[in-house]
Amino acid sequence: MKKWLLNWRLFSLFSLMALLLAGCGKPFLSTLQPAGEVADMQYNLMLLSTAIMVFVIAVVTIIFVYVVIRFRQRKGQENKIPKQVEGSHKLEIIWTVIPILLLIILAVPTVSYTFKLADVKPMNKEKRDKDVVVVNVRANLYWWEFEYPDYGVVTSQDLVVPTDERVYFNLKASDVKHSFWIPAVGGKMDTNTDNKNQFWLEFDSKRAEEAGGIFYGKCAELCGPSHALMDFKVKAVSRAEFDQWIEKMQNAKPVASTDPVVKQGEEIFNKSCIGCHAVTPVDKRPEQARTAPNLANFADRERIAGILEHNEENLKEWLRDPEKIKPGNKMTDTYGKLTEEQIDALTKYLMTLKVE
Amino acid sequence: MSTLARKKGVGAVIWDYLTTVDHKKIAILYLIAGGIFFLLGGLEALVIRIQLAVPNNDFISAGFYNEVLTMHGTTMIFLAAMPLVFAMMNAVVPIQIGARDVAFPFLNALGFWLFFFGGVFLNLSWFLGGAPDAGWTSYASLSLASPTHGIDFYVLGLQISGLGTLIGGINFLVTIINMRAPGMTYMRMPMFTWATFVTSALILFAFPPLTVGLIFMMMDRLFGGNFFDPALGGNTIIWEHLFWIFGHPEVYILVLPAFGIFSEIFATFSRKRLFGYSSMVFATVLIGFLGFMVWAHHMFTVGLGPIANAIFAVATMAIAVPTGVKIFNWLFTMWGGNIRFTTPMMYAVAFIPSFVIGGVTGVMNATAAADYQYHDSYFVVAHFHYVIVGGVVFALLAGAHYWWPKMFGKMLDEKLGKVTFWLFFIGFHLTFFIQHFLGLMGMPRRVFTFLPGQGFETGNLISTVGAFFMAAATVVLLANVVITTVKGKRVGADPWGDGRTLEWAVSSPAPEYNFAQIPLVRGLDAYWIEKMEGKKGLTPAEPLGDIHMPNPSFLPFVISLGLFIAALGFLYNQDYAWGKWVGIVGLLVTLGAMFLRSVIDDHGFHIHKEEIMEAEKKGAGA
Repeated sequence: MKKWLLNWRLFSLFSLMALLLAGCGKPFLSTLQPAGEVADMQYNLMLLSTAIMVFVIAVVTIIFVYVVIRFRQRKGQENKIPKQVEGSHKLEIIWTVIPILLLIILAVPTVSYTFKLADVKPMNKEKRDKDVVVVNVRANLYWWEFEYPDYGVVTSQDLVVPTDERVYFNLKASDVKHSFWIPAVGGKMDTNTDNKNQFWLEFDSKRAEEAGGIFYGKCAELCGPSHALMDFKVKAVSRAEFDQWIEKMQNAKPVASTDPVVKQGEEIFNKSCIGCHAVTPVDKRPEQARTAPNLANFADRERIAGILEHNEENLKEWLRDPEKIKPGNKMTDTYGKLTEEQIDALTKYLMTLKVE
Repeated sequence: MSTLARKKGVGAVIWDYLTTVDHKKIAILYLIAGGIFFLLGGLEALVIRIQLAVPNNDFISAGFYNEVLTMHGTTMIFLAAMPLVFAMMNAVVPIQIGARDVAFPFLNALGFWLFFFGGVFLNLSWFLGGAPDAGWTSYASLSLASPTHGIDFYVLGLQISGLGTLIGGINFLVTIINMRAPGMTYMRMPMFTWATFVTSALILFAFPPLTVGLIFMMMDRLFGGNFFDPALGGNTIIWEHLFWIFGHPEVYILVLPAFGIFSEIFATFSRKRLFGYSSMVFATVLIGFLGFMVWAHHMFTVGLGPIANAIFAVATMAIAVPTGVKIFNWLFTMWGGNIRFTTPMMYAVAFIPSFVIGGVTGVMNATAAADYQYHDSYFVVAHFHYVIVGGVVFALLAGAHYWWPKMFGKMLDEKLGKVTFWLFFIGFHLTFFIQHFLGLMGMPRRVFTFLPGQGFETGNLISTVGAFFMAAATVVLLANVVITTVKGKRVGADPWGDGRTLEWAVSSPAPEYNFAQIPLVRGLDAYWIEKMEGKKGLTPAEPLGDIHMPNPSFLPFVISLGLFIAALGFLYNQDYAWGKWVGIVGLLVTLGAMFLRSVIDDHGFHIHKEEIMEAEKKGAGA
């Protein structure tokens, strides 16, 4: 067979499959609409393995359908005894060797990609390059902390990353095991309680734009009642915007508000909440002391509690009874009963916490 | 002492089953207990699917959902699939190899009662403060953090029932090695016997790691140990390794007997000997062997590093080769045959495409780099349900229909059987096929709900509809069982007409002693050979004589009950002062019963020649 013909066939098969699969899911969430180098590699591997597997299924199906139709018992054959065939060495060899060859075709890119995806040398250099972005991810019961160690910035729930470059991650959990997954951008890696895992992802600027600039992140390891609600969001921005954001975070100063309601809210916060929640992005305390999400840029966030639409009503709902929204969370019952007035004041105050 | 052909009251029947050491009755016990747990696990599955039918559903609470999902997995694997597999093995293997019973009938009963009390203990958790809620894998950090006693029920319940499984496995190994009839060489053993043999070997090597893991966890949770506490030098990843060193072979422990069952059915209803018998044997052994080399593919995302991941990826892919060999051999068993579409054969035929889908997604999961996407998503949920339902459950349903006459002497209704099949087959694909796509679209597994606007609505609804089809199939199956039991007609030795192996040469159900005379096996498919030569019965290998039988015993029940009491006591050790004492009393009951077993001389009894001849005349035997 001419090579171009084979290529053309493979190409059309692949593009047909890609078209079929792309209809699936949302661009900000689906692994079938990859938006970065890692997800691309994994998607290619999916297509290759699917193609091989569809071939296998086709062969089995053809024999299967033929056999089931051709050799079913017909009228008048009730007493027919078919020839008792022992087997066939030739056939056994054929269906041993061909699958082995198919698997070798699959194994080569698998091994190669597995090593590529584990390449975290740049983040572990003695003196790491200044522009290598490293994020320490710490997973906690139903919330995520993102620390940028090279910039001394801590944030939570919304991960901000530069596009079109490799971003490196240190991953760990502080209570039970979780797993860090941004499906559209790349496969997951567990956050263990025992050790630090490392991997990298790359966020493609064009496709990030198509997905609306925000990717959905998920916890992929059962971690308790609210495992399903342990979502986070990823803002993929250009390198320049990222640098700006870091600078703003580094220089964020609490704004002294003149509004008496906000002032009242701040007082309540300082009495009841600040023991766990920091409001400055430059949080120098050790991570053990950081027992709740950093709220420095709370008003800039995408969601309340990682899942609800970001508005005052939902924030009040959350403050009234967090247990109703995220069962098993660690905030419930850590503060006394708040009056509606106090909740209003707190809400007003929290909505002033922004850097942008 | 003989229990032959005697009408008994209800109390006597119950006492008979409580004390029996007869493999055929133990098979029935396994079938009933496993069947009940299967229904329970199915109900749990329905609750899961109802909760996930629509986004933000509040049918059940988040915490309760985790209990249900944990118990669904644990029940289905340990308390439904395992005992049902053991039911098939017990019902068939001793007769298939021409033996009168297993090697250790007493241990056989002990194995069942241990499983039973372990299972009951695990399910007590529903009523005593909450079921385990850390998934059937019970990963260490989460299970240690779980506040209720649920995980303690899991640890102790599985420990007890695991002992039963281990005992059962050893028993079948010894039985198959030692008890084969004259002439039944290894390469003349029926495929189901081979599968049982390899499975038993897997049990022997796979269950001890689980036992060790469960002991560690028991120490951590109940006796102040720190095996899994990283702050004190422990390590949670050790649990994952121990669990999966057991857990992966467990998949093969379930699926190899399924392969065995289908091998029998394909040959019988194609009226042909199994194509490529020796390569089938070799493939079975190879799958069993490779099954121990691949556990870390469940842990690709744990961070074991690219070298480990690459090695385990390639090793996992290798398993596809012997599995493929089996698929093609089954296809070529049918090739040129005279295929009759009985209910068991329907399952067998449907198994091929279903299992192939599960198999190829298995290979896809093996590609480590891409598995980072599949892992812990609904893709994996779809994959393992295709393997376990499409493989194991189909096989158990097929086997139940196929051997029902051999176990109970009556045929299940074929019409209802086919209704069950179609409902189950359609429901199964409807439920699980779409889940591949849900996973790829970014839906993690073990979520108690999902939010609207992420593209998960349609898929989940379809999946829930499918689950109800399977539920309907189960109802029809139950109705079939009841109708058959009440109205079914007694059948002869070979009700399908095409039996090939020894179990079809003895009456249905087989007499207490199986064979009046141990048969001489003259080749593969021993009964078929005799039939083809125009003979009515088997060639005997011994003269007719008195048959030595073991006495029934209540001790297996007592030994297991003791462990049940002990587990209950130690579970409350930290809460109440009496816990420790109840625990000790329980252990004393067990040890006391074991002591009695050791000191009482039990020589069994003989069924006399005359009794046998009389029974055979009435049509008990061949």
